[in-house]
Amino acid sequence: MLRLEGVSHAYEARPVLRDVTLDLAEHRIGVIGANGSGKSTLARTLNGLVVPDAGRVTLGEWDTRRHAKHIRRRVGFVFSDAANQIIMPTVAEDVEIGLRSRRLGREETARRVDALLERYGLAGHRDHPGHLLSGGQKQLLALASVLATEPEILVCDEPTTLLDLRNTRMVHRVLDTLEQQVVLFTHDLDLLGAFDRVLVVDDGRIVFDGLPADAVDHYTGLMDDRLMDDR
Amino acid sequence: MNTLGLYIPGEGPMYRLSAGTKLAGLLAVCVAVIVLAHPWVSLGLLAGAVLLYPAVGLPFGRVLGVLRGLWPFLLAIGLFQAVFGDPLTAVRLCSQLLGLVVLANAVTLTTRVREMLDLFERLARPLARFGVSPERVALVLALTIRSIPMVAAAWRAAVEGYRARGLSGRPYLLVTPLIVQLFRMAEATGEALVARGIDEDGHA
Repeated sequence: MLRLEGVSHAYEARPVLRDVTLDLAEHRIGVIGANGSGKSTLARTLNGLVVPDAGRVTLGEWDTRRHAKHIRRRVGFVFSDAANQIIMPTVAEDVEIGLRSRRLGREETARRVDALLERYGLAGHRDHPGHLLSGGQKQLLALASVLATEPEILVCDEPTTLLDLRNTRMVHRVLDTLEQQVVLFTHDLDLLGAFDRVLVVDDGRIVFDGLPADAVDHYTGLMDDRLMDDR
Repeated sequence: MNTLGLYIPGEGPMYRLSAGTKLAGLLAVCVAVIVLAHPWVSLGLLAGAVLLYPAVGLPFGRVLGVLRGLWPFLLAIGLFQAVFGDPLTAVRLCSQLLGLVVLANAVTLTTRVREMLDLFERLARPLARFGVSPERVALVLALTIRSIPMVAAAWRAAVEGYRARGLSGRPYLLVTPLIVQLFRMAEATGEALVARGIDEDGHA
C-alpha cells in the first residue's frame, strides 16, 4: 500500500504540498483539484519522480527517497501528454523498450508486446511511428507501454486532458478493466462516479477525502467560492 | 507523413538480410564509389539505387522524397563544381551523393530501428571496458531518431504561433519559443524515461 507521511514540497520558495498524510489502499482512487493546487506534484511523489522536501512516501518497506527504482517497477505512471511519453520510433518498439531490462528473451518479449498491442487495439499500428497516432491511440500506447512491465499500481496524471470525448471514454474503458490499483488525477469529474474514494486537493492540502459524489460537491463548491472571491 | 525514412513493413529480399549485412554492403558501396571516383560509376550507382526500390517492393515515391530533401544541396554543389571545377566532377559528386542517400534510405526503410539498435549495441560492446554502456549508446541513438519529429513539431508550433500573431519578417522571434518548447519536451522525455524505469543504471 502507498503511504504518505507528513509530505511537504516546495518549488524554490513556493510550497506546493503541505504536510500531506494518506494511506492509499482502495482499488480505485480519484484525485481532483484546480490547476496549481499541487495535484501533479502529489502524483509525481507516488513513484519517486518527485522526492518530497519533508516527510516520506512508502510502498511496503520501500521509501521513494532510497528505493525509487524498486518502487517505479511496481508503480506505473501515465502522463497527460502521451506524445512526450513515447520514447521509441515505432509503436511495438515503444512497448518493448520497457521490457528490455527484464531480460525475458526475444520470443517472450515479442509475445507480450503482441498481446498488449492486440488488447489495446494497436496491433494494426505495430510498425507505425508512434508520434503519428491519433491522440487517443497515443494515450493507449502510453498505457500499453507502462502496463507491459506489469506494475501493481497505476498512477495517471490527467490522462484524458488532451483528448476528445470519444477518446476520453476509450481511455476510461481501459482504465475500468484494469486489475491494478489505479490512482487517477483528473479534471474529468464524470470519470469518478464508480470510484471507491476521491480526494480533493487545494493549495497543497487534502481538503476532502470521501465518496465521489460528496467530493465532487465539495470541489465544485470550493470553485464557486473562489469565483465569488475573484469578483 | 513520414519524413524520417522509418521502417516500412514488407517481405521483400532486403527485409530478409540482417541489419549488419545491409550496413556492411552500404559501406562497401560507399568506399567503392569514392575510391573509383568515376562519373559513370556514380551514375551507375544512382541508377542501381533508384531501380532497387521497385525491385524490392519499396514505394518509388520515397526516392522522390529523398530528392525533395536534397535538391538545394545538389544544386549548390553542382553549380559550385560546374563554375569553379569541371562539369564531369559536378555530375560525379551529385550522382554519388544522391545515389548513396537513396541507397541508405532503402536500408532504413527495410530495417526495424530495434534491429539497428541491437547492431549498434553489439558494435559498442568493446567500449564497455572503457566505461561506455552499450545499452546507453543504443538508447541515445533511439532518442535521437525519436527527437526528429519532436523538433519538427516544435518548429511547426512556433511558426504557427508567430503567424497567428500576424508577425512576419522577423524570424529571430521564433528562437525563444522554439528553445523553450524543446527544453520542455526534453524534460518530459527525461521524466518519462525515469517513470518507466529505463536507463536507471545506465541500462535500457
